[in-house]
Amino acid sequence: MASVTEAPLLAPQPDKKPPRKRGRLVPYWLLLPGILWLLIFFALPMVYQVSTSVQTGSLEEGFKVTWHFQTYWNALADYWPQFLRSVLYAGAATILCLVLGYPLAYLIAFRAGRWRNVVLILVIAPFFTSFLIRTLAWKTILADGGPVVGALNTLHVLDVTNWLGFTSGDRVLATPLAVVCGLTYNFLPFMILPLYTSLERIDGRLHEAAGDLYAKPFTTFRKVTFPLSMPGVVSGTLLTFIPASGDYVNADLLGSTDTRMVGNVIQTQFLRILDYPTAAALSFILMAAILIMVTLYIRKSGTEDLV
Amino acid sequence: MAFVRWFKRNLVVIGGLLTLGYLLLPNVIVTVFSFNKPKGRFNYEWQQFSLDAWRDPCGVADMCGSLSISLQIAVWATIGATILGTMIAFALVRYRFRARGAVNSLIFLPMAMPEVVMAASLLTLFLNLGAQLGFWTILIAHIMFCLSFVVTAVKARVMSMDPRLEQAAQDLYAGPVQTFLRVTLPIAAPGIAAGALLAFALSFDDFIITNFNAGSTVTFPMFVWGSAQRGTPVQINVIGTAMFIVAVLFVLAGMVVSNRRNKQKA
Repeated sequence: MASVTEAPLLAPQPDKKPPRKRGRLVPYWLLLPGILWLLIFFALPMVYQVSTSVQTGSLEEGFKVTWHFQTYWNALADYWPQFLRSVLYAGAATILCLVLGYPLAYLIAFRAGRWRNVVLILVIAPFFTSFLIRTLAWKTILADGGPVVGALNTLHVLDVTNWLGFTSGDRVLATPLAVVCGLTYNFLPFMILPLYTSLERIDGRLHEAAGDLYAKPFTTFRKVTFPLSMPGVVSGTLLTFIPASGDYVNADLLGSTDTRMVGNVIQTQFLRILDYPTAAALSFILMAAILIMVTLYIRKSGTEDLV
Repeated sequence: MAFVRWFKRNLVVIGGLLTLGYLLLPNVIVTVFSFNKPKGRFNYEWQQFSLDAWRDPCGVADMCGSLSISLQIAVWATIGATILGTMIAFALVRYRFRARGAVNSLIFLPMAMPEVVMAASLLTLFLNLGAQLGFWTILIAHIMFCLSFVVTAVKARVMSMDPRLEQAAQDLYAGPVQTFLRVTLPIAAPGIAAGALLAFALSFDDFIITNFNAGSTVTFPMFVWGSAQRGTPVQINVIGTAMFIVAVLFVLAGMVVSNRRNKQKA
């Protein structure tokens, strides 16, 4: 697993120029099977999805391409709350992941000493345990009248979250708070690993130098550590935000009908209602929205904000 | 005051350990509830200690069948994705050719796409082609989304490899095949192993893409999903606990092996 964590998972990495040229056709033969696979089963489906989204018809009579773009407007008009919710929940989960994940990544990179590998294993091991089972465990943890809800009640946290609209009444389960908690939990490792990778590369002597120049620990963090960990922050936030915005498992298992995200709608339309054009249109809108957001974000974080 | 100072100095450690607790709490719950004897169909409330589920892990209808289907798919997906991905990684690192940028984007995009989008678009392809959904469509999908992760893992390893080692082998009259088998492959092996392990974990655990493209085939994650509606047998927690233990042992074993190798070299 070591080299998985060594690889910046999603960071747009500058390629080193290949050292030599040898055999003109060899690279093409090496690429052919894998690239064909991706073209047929990743790229081509996107084309079919667009084609499906502009079809009309019914399951009995069959669907035909009629360039019916109205489906897109109808889908947006009907399901904009779910879209908005997906962005909000995924955004909240991403911020929480960053806040929670940073200390742990920092701990592994600089403070864990000989426990480093043990902590790393404990971060990675949940990857190998079914995430559905672990998400179901949150039902037990957040159960009505359980210790967590009791503690939040005693500390009057629930009053605050009720007021904010994150929870309602005396329960956490089936509220937005539970869904965001599940999303944060599920995608936390995707934040920690890239953060750890970029923190680990920082030369410890830079911290000493900052200290020698009378920087307080927090100033060192703000001016040295955090800017140098930006590649990890960028790829970590992408790796949590993107899958979280399309997730429907957490909203389904821990939420209610009021917490449905766009993933839930796509799943229902595709697998239960069998309204393929609407489902394909929704899925296409989600993809386009995410690609636009990600491009803007990479642009912004890649240039001026990094300095 | 001393406590406050200690607290301030170890703030990061305390925060990190709290996060680790958050990360592992569900695993603890899963393990504890594998020893539960629930009253109703759902295993969400603690009732009574019992070893029943551990004595009879396959006592639930269809659960172990779904587990075996998941294992088969994960093994074949790992083999497929590892072979295809390793080939792509070598081509990308070792050769200069046209369309490198396009190939890189094609590798990157599946990782930057919400799963539900890939799942839905793949289903439109299969529906339009009239393909029979089941084992094969799941396998095809799994190889597709594991591929990029294998490429990334192998690429990282091959990139850090010194090309002079291969030149040295050739100077010592090793043929291309011999050089590849005795020098290149052993050095790239940890990257390939990491990629394969990741592919296995991703495939075995995948729910969203499988749910869309499975037809009537039921994998283990799909069984768990169904049980969340129908009633969750305790045996699910037994499998979850066992998987966690096996994963930790597996990673530990891998580390012991690589440590020993490093010591031999030194």
